[in-house]
Amino acid sequence: MKDFSNKYIMTFSVVMVVSVAILLSLTALLLQPRQAKNVEVEKKMNILSSINVISTKTDAVEMYDKYIRESYVINTDGKHVEGVDPFTVSLRAEQKKPLEEQYLPVFIAVPDSGDTLHIFPLEGKGLWGPIWGYVSLKSDMSTIAGVTFDHKGETPGLGAEINTTEFESQFVDKALFRNGSFVSVMVVKGGSQPGSMSEVDGISGGTITSKGLEAMVYDGIIKYEKYLSQNRK
Amino acid sequence: MENVEKEPLFSAKYKKLITNPLGLDNPITVQVLGICSALAVTVKMKPAIVMAISVTVVVALSNMIIAFMRKAIPGRIRIIVQLVVIAALVIIVDQFLKAFAFDVSKQLSVFVGLIITNCIIMGRLEAFAMSNDPWPSFLDGIGNGAGYGLILIIVSFFREFLGSGSIMGYPVMEKLGLYNFGYEDNGFMILPPMALITVGLIIWVQRSRNKSLQETK
Amino acid sequence: MENLINIFVKSIFIDNMIFAYFLGMCSYLAVSKTVKTSVGLGIAVTFVLIITVPVNFLLEEYLLKKGALSWLNESFVTLDLSFLSFIMFIAVIASITQLVEMVIEKFSPSLYNSLGIFLPLIAVNCAILGASLFMQEREYETIAEATVFGLGSGIGWLMAIVALAAIREKMRYSNVPAPLRGLGITFILTGLMGIAFMSFLGIKL
Repeated sequence: MKDFSNKYIMTFSVVMVVSVAILLSLTALLLQPRQAKNVEVEKKMNILSSINVISTKTDAVEMYDKYIRESYVINTDGKHVEGVDPFTVSLRAEQKKPLEEQYLPVFIAVPDSGDTLHIFPLEGKGLWGPIWGYVSLKSDMSTIAGVTFDHKGETPGLGAEINTTEFESQFVDKALFRNGSFVSVMVVKGGSQPGSMSEVDGISGGTITSKGLEAMVYDGIIKYEKYLSQNRK
Repeated sequence: MENVEKEPLFSAKYKKLITNPLGLDNPITVQVLGICSALAVTVKMKPAIVMAISVTVVVALSNMIIAFMRKAIPGRIRIIVQLVVIAALVIIVDQFLKAFAFDVSKQLSVFVGLIITNCIIMGRLEAFAMSNDPWPSFLDGIGNGAGYGLILIIVSFFREFLGSGSIMGYPVMEKLGLYNFGYEDNGFMILPPMALITVGLIIWVQRSRNKSLQETK
Repeated sequence: MENLINIFVKSIFIDNMIFAYFLGMCSYLAVSKTVKTSVGLGIAVTFVLIITVPVNFLLEEYLLKKGALSWLNESFVTLDLSFLSFIMFIAVIASITQLVEMVIEKFSPSLYNSLGIFLPLIAVNCAILGASLFMQEREYETIAEATVFGLGSGIGWLMAIVALAAIREKMRYSNVPAPLRGLGITFILTGLMGIAFMSFLGIKL
């Protein structure tokens, strides 16, 4: 291999760095809108599936506009916060703030059945990483109409089962409140009591994920407690 | 470039560049390169195939680019130049996956980034591209990427078939009705260690059939 | 504090770089023939990890993340440079490895000789880049968390490579079927050790 002068090496590096930087920035700029769109569509599909509407990548945006009537951000007192887009609120960032300052998004949906459903986003920790989901409540603000969960990297076949329909459908018609006090939903290892209004079966082999999910539902919904009691019909 | 080459584009010698890495000179089972980043993505076939394609693209293009520039690259900063080329290509691949194959890119998560440190790429750059012309380097890259992808796909086939009872997401076992006879998926195959054991078995099969690859000790 | 211990234990046993993610397998397979060299390489990897993970954490926090540049100027809040993270991380890693190589060469020539060509290879050791990418992906919040994670991952890697080297030393006396000798049996061994490590999943943290 030939030896090169320092000047050559410097010029070579500068030219290389500049050209690589231009190339990368161009790619990133060009693909950015598409990537943002993917994230948006996925979030809309998630929200829709919590009210039991199955959408595809192509019709998610359309279905979202059809079923989601209203969305806003409230605080823990149940008061509206103006000027914040509920769709772009990052729950993970919110959870780091003091409780009173947190933005809590609410989505109002009216599916074909005609009920008004309130959708609340959730975010928590599983075994390996974050888990998240959406819960929709009927207008009594206690009965669950549907849920959807997802995870970043739970163990396949074990913790990862939380995003299956079998697991999620257990939550339907469970009641978050008993005699007016908040009890949330317990994820019970080894099988729930038959007919229980506040227990679902845990995932065998996925105890830590199940517990994380239970905590996520509890911690997520309790922040809305005032809002729920103000709007209960 | 096509007509400039003195040899025909797919001469016997060039064909070997592609076919050798598939078997006798396989990057994973013989050269022991690039096991690192990829076995964790072999639970299902789809991410494994996307991973295989991504790696092939990166090896082939980086091989070609480095071979093209090889006379201009100062020896002292060779490794850094190679890393920059690889990293830039991987970033582009990652951006494309995020834009056009969002679901798979989520499953692959950090492993797309880890293509950068996939030893196959650095290994091929050093061993081949630094001393060959762009076109054979490109073919060498394709061959090695494919040889690597082949192992990935074989491993993921067994893991998905035995572990989840499906092939490419199609529930074969369920369609065959085997569950009715008491068959159950082998949850063990989904766990990470089974990827290693599967590769071990592939090596066993390959070396039993081809004695010249066996190690003495 | 509890959180740090949690991350530490988790990164050694549960999220073990080798047994759970197969990261750093190349040098792991090549060097794990004798215990002595593998201890050396393990320490070098741990050392590089303790430096690179926090440095990359700072890079991520103050340069790459969306809105990370807002400390420079308010108008940069929407700027998202995270697409550059791969190239930045690998550049940091390559330069720090170079530094470590020079330090080891100066202070311990014998170690330098036995590690031979593997020191430069640390730069392309997937475990090192992997740790930085996991740090980014898992969104560790403080530099302490990132450092502890780097340390834990390094120790986990060191442990795995030393354990395997010890077994391979003993295995020289076993009668392994010819086609499995060397590489094949090492893969299967690592797999079996990985299965044993899976039981750490039961630790309640």
